[in-house]
Amino acid sequence: MDKFTKLTGVAAPMPLVNIDTDMIIPKQFLKTIQRSGLGKNLFDEMRYNQDGTEIADFVLNQPAYRQAQIIVAGDNFGCGSSREHAPWALLDFGIRCVIATSFADIFYNNCFKNGILPIVMPPEVVAVLMEDARKGANARMTVDLEAQTVTTSDGQSFPFQVDSFRRHCLMNGLDDIGLTLEKVAAIDGFEKTAATLRPWV
Amino acid sequence: MTAPRTLYDKIWDDHVVHQAEDGTCLLYIDRHLVHEVTSPQAFEGLRMTGRKVRAPEKTIAVPDHNVPTTEGRDTKIDNEESRIQVEALDKNAKDFGINYYPVSDIRQGIVHIVGPEQGWTLPGMTVVCGDSHTATHGAFGALAHGIGTSEVEHVLATQTLIQKKSKNMKVEITGSLRPGVTAKDITLSVIGLTGTAGGTGYVIEYCGQAIRELSMEGRMTVCNMAIEGGARAGLIAPDEVTFAYVMGRPHAPKGAAWEAALSYWKTLFTDEGAHFDKVVTIRGEDIAPVVTWGTSPEDVLPITATVPSPEEFSGGKVEAARRSLDYMGLTPGMKLTDIKIDTVFIGSCTNGRIEDLRAAAEILKGKKIAPGMRAMVVPGSGLVRAQAEEEGLAQIFIDAGFEWRLAGCSMCLAMNPDQLSPGERCASTSNRNFEGRQGRNGRTHLVSPGMAAAAAITGHLTDVREMMAETV
Repeated sequence: MDKFTKLTGVAAPMPLVNIDTDMIIPKQFLKTIQRSGLGKNLFDEMRYNQDGTEIADFVLNQPAYRQAQIIVAGDNFGCGSSREHAPWALLDFGIRCVIATSFADIFYNNCFKNGILPIVMPPEVVAVLMEDARKGANARMTVDLEAQTVTTSDGQSFPFQVDSFRRHCLMNGLDDIGLTLEKVAAIDGFEKTAATLRPWV
Repeated sequence: MTAPRTLYDKIWDDHVVHQAEDGTCLLYIDRHLVHEVTSPQAFEGLRMTGRKVRAPEKTIAVPDHNVPTTEGRDTKIDNEESRIQVEALDKNAKDFGINYYPVSDIRQGIVHIVGPEQGWTLPGMTVVCGDSHTATHGAFGALAHGIGTSEVEHVLATQTLIQKKSKNMKVEITGSLRPGVTAKDITLSVIGLTGTAGGTGYVIEYCGQAIRELSMEGRMTVCNMAIEGGARAGLIAPDEVTFAYVMGRPHAPKGAAWEAALSYWKTLFTDEGAHFDKVVTIRGEDIAPVVTWGTSPEDVLPITATVPSPEEFSGGKVEAARRSLDYMGLTPGMKLTDIKIDTVFIGSCTNGRIEDLRAAAEILKGKKIAPGMRAMVVPGSGLVRAQAEEEGLAQIFIDAGFEWRLAGCSMCLAMNPDQLSPGERCASTSNRNFEGRQGRNGRTHLVSPGMAAAAAITGHLTDVREMMAETV
């Protein structure tokens, strides 16, 4: 997993609530057995006509946002299916950070496993960031995970909260499985005790 | 004396392997269910790092999302990508030595129907699967939730998950349901009230008389859609109904082990005075048969209502409602019962169990579907299918004009050939009415099995209670 420390880039405004993972990556693209290559189908049904041509007014098709690295969105981003293909598609497109008023639980977790930083901000801050994002490619936003701030193109800075363990893993690009396997003795011990307490499991 | 605990607290406490100072826990996982779509990259990860499946005996795999529901699929799957995914699961199950129900096995079906049916899911367990509808298993008083593929790999390798505890939320349904009102109407009504993010950060315990009066099938329907309300998991405390369902299942404990399990299971309830961070109470008598009108599961209204206007909402929901109505091709003010239906889909992990098929067949008995209607029943498992055939339900569906399919997820997410065409409108017993969910530009109205059957007969969304009056 790539480290995430500080990112300065174009933010795409998506002022919609309940952007679900079916929108982010429709089911026909879940048939892959790989993690990579999903970026071209990110937001597929919003981004392309049925004949495969681009829908010009969709935000990521606009010249200003084709290189976006940040998305600013409304409530409950990433709701629905648990498909990790959603963060894989975002990452493959180049998105490293999503800022919204709230996220669905599973999607939120999945982001951290893939080097994407999901940031929860209050509605009034999202409104400011949304406006900044609307300025287009010249307005680059800065997300600093170490300082835990988001800074707009005109220098307004907003703090955000993030779980300390997740922040640590993201900043260092750590592999969860490796970390957990360091506690294998505790897992062995748990299994031994559980075998006595709940032998039917 | 220990402080009073909720059911969630108790199951959580019994599975903590390690707790860090910041509250991050390593939680032990008792059952890991696996399907073909969200697992290939996880198994590949194990191969690349030379890791093994830590507890293959606690890992159960079944292909369901991709598989066609028509005959001949055990020898040939036409779609090459689907075939590759199913073959990858065949191989991974064999290579890693995990429990497996291949397409050719009569026990194959939707993972959330197979787990309980085979007795893999038991009260007090932790159950995960790379699928958001894992919440279904909460009906047994098991802590069950969906995970992403990285977490699937983590559980395969370590039999644990890194977790932080959620908050406790209580959803109480008091009194009894009125005739024609089902578990599906309960769960949709709750989401209609709390919204799709109302449960975010919580584990919900459903309780109250109306929940107690549900069968295990109904309880699974309620918990299944906890995720649609944003909750990590839904739970129902186990009781005699649960124990009766579990007893005798292939992987349920037997003899002395059963007695030991039973005495533990009987401790799995929320203590008097335990703290809930959020409480929602609904009177069972107030719940009507409901349908969704929009493209979010929170867009719920009683069947007797009219299509809302975007101005009735506030904040971001105004624009969302406008977009939904446009997508759904609906006009504010029109009666929901005037909405014409092209397709009826009965099935899914929400409503693909035997009781659901019985409820639909009850309405369909001796009737025909409307001219031009496409209607299909996709049983949740091969065993549900066999039982429905034995009970004569299959014949009722076939005589009415339904297609009688093999088990799988099918049109719930349309990864297999069962899909809606652009503009096609479906009354569906599934769980998501998202844009494009059942096929690009397809339009989905979520309903109970009885309501789906009623719509199939009349050709438009219909109050199932009217059809029930006819049969009396």
